[in-house]
Amino acid sequence: MTPIVALALWGVAALLGTAILAVAVSRRASATRLVYGATLGISAALFVIVASALAGDPAGVSAVTLPLGLPWIGAHFRLDALSSFFLVVVNLGGALASLYGLGYGRHETAPHRVLPFFPAFLAGMNLVVLADDAFMFLLSWEFMSLASWALVMAHHREQDNTQAGYIYLVMASFGTLALLLAFGLLAGPDGTYTFDAMRAAEPGRFVAATVLALMLLGAGSKAGLVPLHVWLPLAHPAAPSHVSALMSGVMTKVAIYGFIRVIFDLLSEPAWWSGVVVLFLGGLTAVLGILYALLEKDLKRLLAYSTIENIGVIFVSLGLALAFKANAMPSAAALALTAALFHVLNHSFFKSLLFFGAGAMLTATGERNMEKLGGLIHRMPLTSFVFLVGCVSISALPPFNGFVSEWLAFQAILQSPDLPQWGLKVMVPAVGGLLALSAALAAACFVKAFGIAFLGRPRSAAVELAHEVDRYSLAAMFTLAALCLLAGIMPGLVIDSLSPVTLSLIGNRMPVQMAQPWLSIVPIGESRSSYNGLLVFAFIAISASLAAFFIHRFASHALRRSPAWGCGFPDVTPAAQYTAVSFAQPIRRVFGTFAFRAREMVEMPPPGATSPARLTVEVHDVIWEIFYQPIAGAIEFATEKLNHLQFLTIRRYLTLVFLYLVTLLLVLALWP
Amino acid sequence: MNGLTFDIAHLLAGGLVLVSFMMLYQDRLFALINVFALHAVVLALSVAWQAYIQDAHHLYVTAAIALVFKAIVIPVGLHRIIQRLGIHRDIETAVGIGPTMLAGIGLVTLSMVLMLRVTPEADPLAREDLAFALSIILLGLLVMVTRRNAVSQVVGFMSLENGLVLAATGAKGMPLVVEISVAFSILIAFIVIGVFLFRIRERFDSVDVGALDDYRGERR
Repeated sequence: MTPIVALALWGVAALLGTAILAVAVSRRASATRLVYGATLGISAALFVIVASALAGDPAGVSAVTLPLGLPWIGAHFRLDALSSFFLVVVNLGGALASLYGLGYGRHETAPHRVLPFFPAFLAGMNLVVLADDAFMFLLSWEFMSLASWALVMAHHREQDNTQAGYIYLVMASFGTLALLLAFGLLAGPDGTYTFDAMRAAEPGRFVAATVLALMLLGAGSKAGLVPLHVWLPLAHPAAPSHVSALMSGVMTKVAIYGFIRVIFDLLSEPAWWSGVVVLFLGGLTAVLGILYALLEKDLKRLLAYSTIENIGVIFVSLGLALAFKANAMPSAAALALTAALFHVLNHSFFKSLLFFGAGAMLTATGERNMEKLGGLIHRMPLTSFVFLVGCVSISALPPFNGFVSEWLAFQAILQSPDLPQWGLKVMVPAVGGLLALSAALAAACFVKAFGIAFLGRPRSAAVELAHEVDRYSLAAMFTLAALCLLAGIMPGLVIDSLSPVTLSLIGNRMPVQMAQPWLSIVPIGESRSSYNGLLVFAFIAISASLAAFFIHRFASHALRRSPAWGCGFPDVTPAAQYTAVSFAQPIRRVFGTFAFRAREMVEMPPPGATSPARLTVEVHDVIWEIFYQPIAGAIEFATEKLNHLQFLTIRRYLTLVFLYLVTLLLVLALWP
Repeated sequence: MNGLTFDIAHLLAGGLVLVSFMMLYQDRLFALINVFALHAVVLALSVAWQAYIQDAHHLYVTAAIALVFKAIVIPVGLHRIIQRLGIHRDIETAVGIGPTMLAGIGLVTLSMVLMLRVTPEADPLAREDLAFALSIILLGLLVMVTRRNAVSQVVGFMSLENGLVLAATGAKGMPLVVEISVAFSILIAFIVIGVFLFRIRERFDSVDVGALDDYRGERR
């Protein structure tokens, strides 16, 4: 029997073959259907294979070495519980994005720029998760980055997309450099690049600390950890919507896979303070990400910023897992790691769903700017329903899945009084506060997203002409909405399937949840806490139905339609509605002055003047100004100076070489 | 006997360094080429002596190549070029002679300190040879950077190659193939640069490489 990993590699080869085929056929009319159909089939097959392996023999490890790559290393691939879980995430996301692409791709103006790279991108993500040596890992990582960069640049003539692509490329190269250095340190002086050898090695404390810092830089820049997040809100929205969904929902998860693989698997024993660092960065990322999202009026950028928030949530859980693992509290560590992985799965569901919804709106209206949308619930009822499901899930409201993973994270935070170090004792509740704040702000943010886009009256003519999207897109979105609900009311199933991962990484697992009656989950003990998604769902469904029944039974026939009172204005335009910016104003006033140096200036004309009153809002991207502008300025200064070196005389060039040689010889002569 | 062979090898290699110094202060092209020919003769003697004391007959071939090509063919060729170009009256040093000589002394000191320090356990003959060879290479480079004229830069480059040949013959057991290739590479460089010179001459009416800079529209 062929090992599972070999089957997975055949799948990857098929994806790469599809990419090559797509180059050949991409200008034909049938290409879209062909390519997305192929990726849908391959991703679904990969998903079924890996999921059945995970269900059948969860602790099984299958490895294969191919004679590719560097001759003295070969290419190692390995499938264990962790990579199986992430393969499930990748291929489920890939299959649904392909399904969505079958419909969405028909509106693509430049399919030959998208079709070849889409399967390649999927193949790259699969390979990163399968790789079992540093060389293969970095190669696949870079392949994934480049394929996604090509997709970001698909519409390169649109405003700002080229700059987004450039910043993405710079950040991706920086991240890969950090990963390269991290693996170099892990490989040690002998240069053992297989993960098995790295696992067996015992790196010193200094090396471990440096590797942690480098992984936070490398994987963090790909995942969108503040302050390395700058490329994400530029690049994710620039790609076509199904690719945005993949980048936000899946590629950031591949980055998290890299972080978990190195920090939890290859580095054996974490130091307690590593948890503090990861917790702090996670909390900061969560709050800042959602604050950025609140100020945003471009729907896809809002979603990208919200991805940053969710990455923060995941990193908080990972930091907790590190802290508990370092203090030999395996059950709490397993709880925190399960929360992180559960949120990985959840976020891939609802962020894909929301990006698909944004893509549907883009198809229907041609608008990404929320200030031009509004009232879409009447024109696109099905899309608005699934988008609402996505919004409720991402706002962490029961009975959907987002609530469960954040609840598990809070359960882990509540374990913190048992930690011995005072640093952690103080830090963890503070980060818990940040997490709660970001959850509340996320709810506000998605009330805004849904309310402004779908409710109210249309704000532009394009919305009036909008109509429901095609059935492929709807099928993909409804599948994701159903998954959100299922994971919300049957969390025990997910938690139990995650147990092999926590067993292999931490050596412990959460209690078996499927044995609990009525789909309850009890993370620690019956006396501490329990949650039943089914019960909440049933309660909401029954009470809402009853309320609807009573209203329609007793009140609807008394309903009278009359014009709304317009405060005395004769003609109320749609511009008089709440806008995205005005909705966020209270929050901007509370947090903006501190986090964004936001200022409002009101310019009131004197009585009798005919000029309009003006409200000017000034918002600074503080992180960009503090971290990136000085670097960009320094580089520009240096290149300006070095530019003169291009125009020297031949004799001066010779002199430079000569002086350099003499300097090197001097160093050699004076070296002690 | 051992002392004598060592002394003679030392004398010849030291003579090469001395001739390199002589190159530094020549400000007429003919004189420079004559000194270069002398350089090649001393090199040929030094290589021949090495061949004798190492009992390596193939090194005689190297010495003959050095003598024929570097001491006769190339200087004669360069003489002709200069006469055809009519630049034999040019005085051309970019840096004054005093500072150049001081820099040369500094470079020789540097190479001595460096080589004698990093090769304490090597054969004393090879050690001295390597130290002198490095000095000659550095002095050749110095000639190249202190001259404006393309012809003298070619001469500086070839004296640098002489240093390489000295280093190669000083080490025992260097196969002849390498030396022939070194010699031919110099010959080819000479031909190429000669062609190049005529091209510059045709286009700009001068072999001052500054003309190239003027052509590119830049100041010096």
